[in-house]
Amino acid sequence: MKKLILCCLGLWSSGLLFAIEVRDDRGVVLEFPAPAAHVISLLPSLSEMVCALNACDRLVGVDRNSNFPVSLAPLATLGSGLDPNIEAILLLKPDAVVMSHAPRAVERLQSLGVKVLVLEPKNQADVQRVIQTLATLLGVEDGGKLWRTIDSEINQAANSIPAKLKGLKVYFEVSRGPYAASESSFIGELLARLGESNIIPSSLGAFPLVNPEFIVKANPQIIFISSQEAIALPNRPGWGSINAIKNQRICVISKNEEDIVARPGPRMGQSAGILARCILAKGVMR
Amino acid sequence: MSSDTQAQHSAIKLFFLLLALCLGVLFWGVSVGSAGFFKFGFVQSDPILASIVLDIRLPRTLGALCCGGLLGLSGALAQGLFRNPLADPYLLGSASGATLGVALALVAFRISPGSSDWLTRLGLTGAAFIGATAAVLLTLALARGFQHTLRLLLCGIVVGVLLGALCSLTLLLEPEVLQSMQIFMLGSTSYIGWNSVGLMFMGWLICVSISIALGLFLDGLSLGESTAISLGFNISPMRALLIVVLALAVGLSVAQTGLIGFVGLVSPHLVRSMVKVTHAHLLFLSSWMGAALLGVADILARCLIAPRELPVGVLTAVLGGGYLLWLMQKRQFSRAGGEL
Repeated sequence: MKKLILCCLGLWSSGLLFAIEVRDDRGVVLEFPAPAAHVISLLPSLSEMVCALNACDRLVGVDRNSNFPVSLAPLATLGSGLDPNIEAILLLKPDAVVMSHAPRAVERLQSLGVKVLVLEPKNQADVQRVIQTLATLLGVEDGGKLWRTIDSEINQAANSIPAKLKGLKVYFEVSRGPYAASESSFIGELLARLGESNIIPSSLGAFPLVNPEFIVKANPQIIFISSQEAIALPNRPGWGSINAIKNQRICVISKNEEDIVARPGPRMGQSAGILARCILAKGVMR
Repeated sequence: MSSDTQAQHSAIKLFFLLLALCLGVLFWGVSVGSAGFFKFGFVQSDPILASIVLDIRLPRTLGALCCGGLLGLSGALAQGLFRNPLADPYLLGSASGATLGVALALVAFRISPGSSDWLTRLGLTGAAFIGATAAVLLTLALARGFQHTLRLLLCGIVVGVLLGALCSLTLLLEPEVLQSMQIFMLGSTSYIGWNSVGLMFMGWLICVSISIALGLFLDGLSLGESTAISLGFNISPMRALLIVVLALAVGLSVAQTGLIGFVGLVSPHLVRSMVKVTHAHLLFLSSWMGAALLGVADILARCLIAPRELPVGVLTAVLGGGYLLWLMQKRQFSRAGGEL
């Protein structure tokens, strides 16, 4: 009898020793008996983070927009965060599903017994926190190391820009509208770390829809814009008087670069490099 | 006879009121924006401010007026043509067609930006116009012509739903274009330039002239098709011409500004609630009512939370709907207009 009690106590304590507690961005605490071995990611930046933590092999399924790294290609695609394929997710029997907040999908998955971690990487601090959360979930040690690498890449990009090209008035257009990336967005944070001055203040929200005349009045010296919008940029009414357009200082984000720049994830260092290289190239033109 | 004269006087009064409102909108629209209120002398001395006023504010305000004019006219036209007070200018599937056209163009731009010259030249404006026109043609083909109003209406609804579903599917598969699409679907006057103003104004002139010329036919049609025939109207060609005018007006406005809801539906009702007139006058006054409504909405869209913008479609619904409700409460609406 004593042996049995001791055995039970031993099992209970070992369970305590190895239980992993993870708190997601809703504040919900989830417990796992062991590091998650089968994970599904329904957000491209989260898929990238899992892979950057050298745990790509733990991913058993991803959303249809997770296209990096290429090793994800053979994995099952399970819809997107907004319309996940619930049946296919259940069939894969994941230890955890990581996704951004989509109330109906999250509730449905939870009601079917799937452990869902809602993670929202929206700025640099979020990325740092989410990487750490994922590292805990996956039981890997190098969460802090990964962030330090990203951070140093951003610093390296910032250092590559000479002082005379710092403090330029920049405008980053996210999409037609015009929706802009303000100082408080993750793109704005990168631009600030590169030492440039964003014409869209943080008081307007992360990605505000702004009046075009506000941009013309602010008269940016460099414009960052996607390749599909760049074609018609000079034809926009009144925009011909903007310095960046007059001096052809338009940084066109190519389709391949778009995914890197538009995702707050482990490639933020590369993103800073892309922005810095363009600032340098346009500065040389001056 | 005296009541006719009185109605005519009220119509003239309403026209001058709307004209004054539109002129006020023009002045107001040129003066204010996110960059603040400019004095004219100050503007002349600064090329950037001059560009803001001459290249952004002026065409944008005039464009909003022209687009509102087209939508108000097409709303009255649709309601007269289909003898249905709930008829909307987007009834023949043009809204969904234009939306699908823009969605496909945005996806094509994403897949191969700059590589397809014809697509670049066509632009989103062209894609929207082609989409809207194609949807109307599809509706007409499915309804086998213009003869049967009910069949035309039903086909319009079916085409609208089908193309809308295709558009949703496109957006689901390519979520990157979602934000750009949102702007199109809520309507925006941000990028209206002089070319757009010229196009819309010419379109408005043509559409308003033809519609007014056929006002008598709409009056006859409001009494029923058989009565219209007995009054000597040749229904089919006249209806065909008016549907072409409707498609042109809606196509032009949607292409330049996206889907601005409610202006077309509410403008004729606002006019009817104020004056009792024949179709020729109703079409003309609805057009000016639409212009005033969209003009005011555009200014509020750029001023209320400047330098951010509100989607203009949201404001047209709030302004037009709110005003109509207020009128319905204030007057005994059934006596004044009776259609609602």
